[in-house]
Amino acid sequence: MRHLTSLKRFWLCLVLTIPMLVQMVAMLWGWMMPAYNWVALITTTLIIIIGAWPYWKSAWAAFLQHNANMNTLVAIGTAVAYLYSLFAMLTGRAVYFESAAFITTFVLLGDAMEERMHQNASGALKKLLDLQVKEAEVLRDGQYVKVPLDQVVKGDLLRVRPGEKVPVDGQITSGTTTIDEAMVTGESMPVQKEVGDLVIGATINRAGTFQFRAQKVGADTMLAQIVEMVKKAQSSHAPIQRLTDRIARLFVPTVLIIAILTFVIWFSFLHASAVSAMLYAVAVIVIACPCALGLATPTALMVGVGRAAKLGVLIKDGEALEAVNKVKTVVFDKTGTITVGKPQVTDVVGDPKTLALAASLEDASEHPLALAVVKKAQEDGAALLTISDFKNVAGQGVIAKLAGQEVRVGSARLMEGLDWPAALKNQAGVLQDQAKTVVLVAKGTAVIGLIAIQDVAKPGAKQAIGALKARGLKTVMLTGDNAQVAQAIADQVGIDQVIAGVLPNEKADHVKALEEGGPVAFVGDGVNDAPALTSATVGIAMGSGTDVAIESGSIVLVQNDLNGVVRALDLSQKTFNRIKLNLFWALIYNLIGIPIAAGCFVLWGLHLSPEVAALAMAFSSVSVVSSSLLLNRTKIQGD
Amino acid sequence: MAQVLVAIGGLILIGAICWWFFAKHEAKVGRATMEGDHQVATVVVNGGYTPSTVVLKKGVAGSVKFEMNDSTACLSHVVFEQLGQNLDLTKQKTTTVTIPTDQAGEFNYACGMDMFHGKVIVK
Repeated sequence: MRHLTSLKRFWLCLVLTIPMLVQMVAMLWGWMMPAYNWVALITTTLIIIIGAWPYWKSAWAAFLQHNANMNTLVAIGTAVAYLYSLFAMLTGRAVYFESAAFITTFVLLGDAMEERMHQNASGALKKLLDLQVKEAEVLRDGQYVKVPLDQVVKGDLLRVRPGEKVPVDGQITSGTTTIDEAMVTGESMPVQKEVGDLVIGATINRAGTFQFRAQKVGADTMLAQIVEMVKKAQSSHAPIQRLTDRIARLFVPTVLIIAILTFVIWFSFLHASAVSAMLYAVAVIVIACPCALGLATPTALMVGVGRAAKLGVLIKDGEALEAVNKVKTVVFDKTGTITVGKPQVTDVVGDPKTLALAASLEDASEHPLALAVVKKAQEDGAALLTISDFKNVAGQGVIAKLAGQEVRVGSARLMEGLDWPAALKNQAGVLQDQAKTVVLVAKGTAVIGLIAIQDVAKPGAKQAIGALKARGLKTVMLTGDNAQVAQAIADQVGIDQVIAGVLPNEKADHVKALEEGGPVAFVGDGVNDAPALTSATVGIAMGSGTDVAIESGSIVLVQNDLNGVVRALDLSQKTFNRIKLNLFWALIYNLIGIPIAAGCFVLWGLHLSPEVAALAMAFSSVSVVSSSLLLNRTKIQGD
Repeated sequence: MAQVLVAIGGLILIGAICWWFFAKHEAKVGRATMEGDHQVATVVVNGGYTPSTVVLKKGVAGSVKFEMNDSTACLSHVVFEQLGQNLDLTKQKTTTVTIPTDQAGEFNYACGMDMFHGKVIVK
């Protein structure tokens, strides 16, 4: 008996209610089933044993512990109807077996559907786990052999063929390919990978065969950590739930008291018959089951967080989800968050040799600007020239000799006394107004060209900031850069306010100051962002960021894309609104249902029989869970 | 006459419900038993959690065993919020949850709908 699921119990009970259903319909034509009372007695007794007994047992055990719950209500409702009918049959009065039978059947229907949907709601997690491969091709004793995934250890060399999934996280040691990382990052475009690039477990290798060294295995892989985070978030509580926690304890005993009052008032004061007073009381007990109230928050949270994970937005808990809704200001770190984080050469002006010359001089330098120049030269295939007498002028640039001629690369100060054509001078002014750092290149006694370098805004940043502003949010950029460069980037992407020249340890203070104007979300990725991420109402960590930043954020964007912020806000808002809607619906349902069941509106012809009350109760749980499941289908901005 | 008796009976019943459910009642606290070098506390799930509070000793590998004796949907899941665990108890007769005991603390658990509560205390 115990291993029967609610669904099986429901079907058994439904079959057993058929004779009573037939009688109910046939009664409309005045037909009476022969020996109906006996048929009803036998079928209902079976239904009680199969369907209602578990509720009776659980309710009694709860009662002994001074607890009352929805099982208490179901048990009392069915027991009263059944036991009264037994008494009525013995004393030759009208019986109400069908009430007991239908209540049981409908309650089981509610339970069964709820179980089903609960499984659907937690399905997102299972799907994530299913992404993992079972086997990996590992280099053992000079040969690649297939081994189960759990035998792969850190440092192993693995091989992945086209079409196969990457088993664990690691770094490519040979080969090039494109990898589809959509399942982990939500990024739909396949990503180019070559030697030295990192690969993520569970992503799909599209084009080439490659070898890589395992860096993270088992519970350390990105997928395992995402799953862990989603699991924690799905079982977390949203602060709004405290309301239902408080109600839950008082709810059922209160309903029992209302039911007793209903009986007493109808019987003692309104002089109704004992039977109709009893039917009102039973209807009150049955309709008041607090299932919908209990399901409202957890199901929505589960679906919302799961959907978010699929879109590359990891919400750490219900609290973060609720907090995001109150955010008034979004503060961004500049480097690496709004910008790509790598300075790039944007313009090369003047002599065609400019770039090659500059790269030849900067080749030995570690300066970020120098790296940008060298990288650009490599991309353009500019051949490096042989230079000699290399001399570093601190804070200004580099001077060297090329074939006996002096060459210089650096700031304007380094070029003092040299011939500087007016056209180039004009160009430099224009570029500087665009807040680009201008590097001058001179050969002999004249400036021959300029290179403009800028840390460019991420593609999509402008669109994301626009979407945030359209939601009525204020956007602020926090940066250690000088005001001119910062303002230029801000103007490009449409940021409202710039706070420049901020020292790394001052970021948290600025966030706190901004919080006086309302809750703040801080978006950042670096180690120095961790304090700001923690002190903000909501910390949003970028996925490309450091482990410290990810640890400090309450929302993590797997993808290094600002649209994730829009997505996170939209999803949180939709989920939270859904929770509120669910709670409202569940509460209203009880507030309206109980008075109707108690017979308050009988004068207007409105009342509920216990069977209809049971159907309505089952329907309310199902509708709340369905409403949560609909979150899977709502349109999410930035998706 | 019957009306008056019913009214009085109803009031008495209401009083009894208030006392039984709302008055403070002492809850029993369960202790763990040692199984080798491992401590195990058992919680019986039947219309609630008995005992609802269990105590584990700090520093000894510990777990809580849920023994399922209830076949209604209400208690089918147990959720440990801090541990991020949401377990289906209906799949097998007993379900074991490993509790980190490296430091003192409390781990709350509840049923899937948050109607029944209990806690594991590590001290």
